[in-house]
Amino acid sequence: MNGLMRRVGTVAAIVGGVVLVGGAQQRPADPKDPRIGLKAGLFDAGVAARNMELTATLARPQGFFDPKAPAGEASPPERPEPAPAAEGGAAAPAAPAAPAAPAAPAAGQPAGPRPGTPPARGGLDFANSDLAFAGTHMWVGNFHGFNTYDIEDARKPKLLASIVCPGGQGDVSVYGNLLFMSVEQTRGRVDCGVQGVAETVSKERFRGVRIFDISDLRRPRQVAAVQTCRGSHTHTLVPDVKDKSRIFVYGSGTGSVRSGEELEGCSGEEPDKDENTALFSIDVIEVPLAAPQNARIVNRPRIFADESTGAIAGLWKGGDHGPGTQRTSVTNQCHDITVFPEVGLAAGACSGNGILMDISDPVHPKRLDAVFDKNFAYWHSATFNNDGTKVIFTDEWGGGTRPRCRATDLPNWGANAIFDIVDGKMQFKGYYKMPAPQTETENCVAHNGSLIPVPGRDIMVQGWYQGGLSVFDFTDSANPVEIAFFDRGPLDAKQLITGGYWSTYWYNGHIYASEIARGIDVFRLKPSEFLSQNEIDAAMLVRHEEFNAQQQPKVTWPATAVVAKAYVDQLNRTRGIQAERAKAVVAAMDRAEGMRSSRDRNAATVVQQLETLAGQLETDAAAAAGRDQARLQALAETLKGRAARLQ
Amino acid sequence: MSTTMTRLIALGLVACSAAACRSANVSGGPGLIQPGAPGQEGRTVSVADSTDLSKVQFTPADVKFMQGMIGHHQQAIEMAALLPDRTSREDMKLLAKRIEVSQVDEIQMMQDWLRARGQTLPDPHAHHQHGATLMPGMLTQEEMARLEAAKGVEFDRLFLEGMIKHHGGALTMVRELFATPAAGQDGDIFAFASDVEADQQMEIDRMGALLRELQK
Repeated sequence: MNGLMRRVGTVAAIVGGVVLVGGAQQRPADPKDPRIGLKAGLFDAGVAARNMELTATLARPQGFFDPKAPAGEASPPERPEPAPAAEGGAAAPAAPAAPAAPAAPAAGQPAGPRPGTPPARGGLDFANSDLAFAGTHMWVGNFHGFNTYDIEDARKPKLLASIVCPGGQGDVSVYGNLLFMSVEQTRGRVDCGVQGVAETVSKERFRGVRIFDISDLRRPRQVAAVQTCRGSHTHTLVPDVKDKSRIFVYGSGTGSVRSGEELEGCSGEEPDKDENTALFSIDVIEVPLAAPQNARIVNRPRIFADESTGAIAGLWKGGDHGPGTQRTSVTNQCHDITVFPEVGLAAGACSGNGILMDISDPVHPKRLDAVFDKNFAYWHSATFNNDGTKVIFTDEWGGGTRPRCRATDLPNWGANAIFDIVDGKMQFKGYYKMPAPQTETENCVAHNGSLIPVPGRDIMVQGWYQGGLSVFDFTDSANPVEIAFFDRGPLDAKQLITGGYWSTYWYNGHIYASEIARGIDVFRLKPSEFLSQNEIDAAMLVRHEEFNAQQQPKVTWPATAVVAKAYVDQLNRTRGIQAERAKAVVAAMDRAEGMRSSRDRNAATVVQQLETLAGQLETDAAAAAGRDQARLQALAETLKGRAARLQ
Repeated sequence: MSTTMTRLIALGLVACSAAACRSANVSGGPGLIQPGAPGQEGRTVSVADSTDLSKVQFTPADVKFMQGMIGHHQQAIEMAALLPDRTSREDMKLLAKRIEVSQVDEIQMMQDWLRARGQTLPDPHAHHQHGATLMPGMLTQEEMARLEAAKGVEFDRLFLEGMIKHHGGALTMVRELFATPAAGQDGDIFAFASDVEADQQMEIDRMGALLRELQK
């Protein structure tokens, strides 16, 4: 979510007088899609699901919703209609729409609350936000604090603790006994109070990254509160692979810069007026794990600097890319950064650009590449594939509070852009947008997701706010395919109330989702023509001790029968393996499955079979190409790995 | 503990509507913990305390900001409306169109915000009245008349200079808002003011570049 009313820049491709539809197109929406026409409701909305099943749902707890407006407040309707028309492949002339004059009441006319309009409060005061996981626990961030759940039984999540500590967005990450939380609003208080801060300059105000000690899950203690100039909209944990006694946090601030009187050294001036401006940087916070109370900012790197001139405002200056293109925000901030420590890379979704960084020295991230996209309004978040050879960026067109998945909205706007990473450079391959058209009263645009660790494929589950969640395969970067989804009808049929999925992440076998207004949901995947039971079971084998989506772990799969069968299923799907070979692989792996060690009576025979088959698969791989080749090779490695454990 | 819990339950039952109570973790709930500042002890709070946002409601300064910004935006629309007949540059026409669409959209949003809070909607044209107080950066009637009378390159220059000054005024308004005690804490206002700041600064930069091009 960025900016409740980030609607400028959202306004219309039509203003140039032409509509351009550029880039790779996905297939048009299916008019029979079951997500169309779902009944509205807070807890009784219509539901559509395919190839996945909702196994648990739990509403926000007491103290985390407004008793007078349990769903949240309505957002104003959008007038005049700014949606660019989706039809017209090439430059279709369109009359520049003259916006209707706003209905201005007579001077001094008291408006008065409309009948039936609840006393208004900000729609996001109690919104659920991002998720973090460790062991059998899940933390659900909220603009008002966070909630801790026991998820030992994923079908029955239990609330353990509700922590009141407002300031938005409340994005959370976890590391050992520490929980980190982002705070950006001016009402945030050092002491977690709900009363805000009336003074314009106050030591009581808190905007930055809070650190809690969660050794007692039911009574977390705040141990540090690192103040930053722009606050922290999101943050990313960056482990120091060379020094385990500390961890770094990349704080991304997107809000207004506070005054130097409140926090020394803060300046919101443009770089030509003040070269020490807090704009055009991120905050690098060092956290000594033995003494987290000493956490402090150690760098504000100028990661957008021009390589040749050194000017700190070196990337996208803001604005459109020509007639009919999207208006992209200026690059003076990152919205979100995803690090992939095992491959030494970070992907920054930085407002006007997507950037790739070398983080081998975490204090001094170094920009390797920057891309822009004429269909992107606001670069919002990033996800690598498991090999680190691709990166997906999301475009949060409309800031997350506007309906941007209507049938009339361009499929390439407010979508994901998929890039291949080749020699440290990003190459655009395709777009993916949740394909089912949504209504005017559903805020919908690309948002947070994570990989589903199916070996041999690149699969992601992603939240689209009230567009529901969508599971898609991007193994072929240029041709992503949806393989499962879940969607509810709007919170309200007549007015837009901000809601839907903020984050949907795979964690140790289930998909967990934070719903802004409705609470949390848990899902399991079901096998289908797109995804076999073996592939799902192979993904279920992957277990993390901790999971923060912005700190991507490198997944490896054990050499077991189900992993081999997942590869075989994939190779069968593409006719990339001979039927006899596939049968022999499955039989040998099944035989090995029953054996524990080399002492087993038939161990030597099975080892022999596995090694012979592995050799044959390698020969097959040498004659194959592309993904088949990679899968045959991975399958051979799995067989060899299994054989090694029997020797 | 049991007393606290009973109180929590009682409060929960009276405070929430039927739909909300369905979802409430009322019985045996873990309660609400409010941690203290770093190093301080936390405490248990009631549902009523947790959801009492009365101190971070919108303030008169927030209302004044929204009301003032409506007239401010309206003038940008009026300036943009002068453009088609007076410029020959396509990039200027495009710029003006974008300003017009975005400002109309935001005016609508600000009016809805005020209306939902039972506040007075200002007449967007109030600044035409003689002796009207102008928001920061707004063009005076004389400046508007000069702009209206200009043509071609002279118009382009006056327009860009005027709009840069005008947008600069919006930045001033945002700074003044955040410099007012208790203002800007309402979540909507915080987000809107932050967006105005970011977007208008971006347009100022674009117009500055156009202006430099004109002067070549």
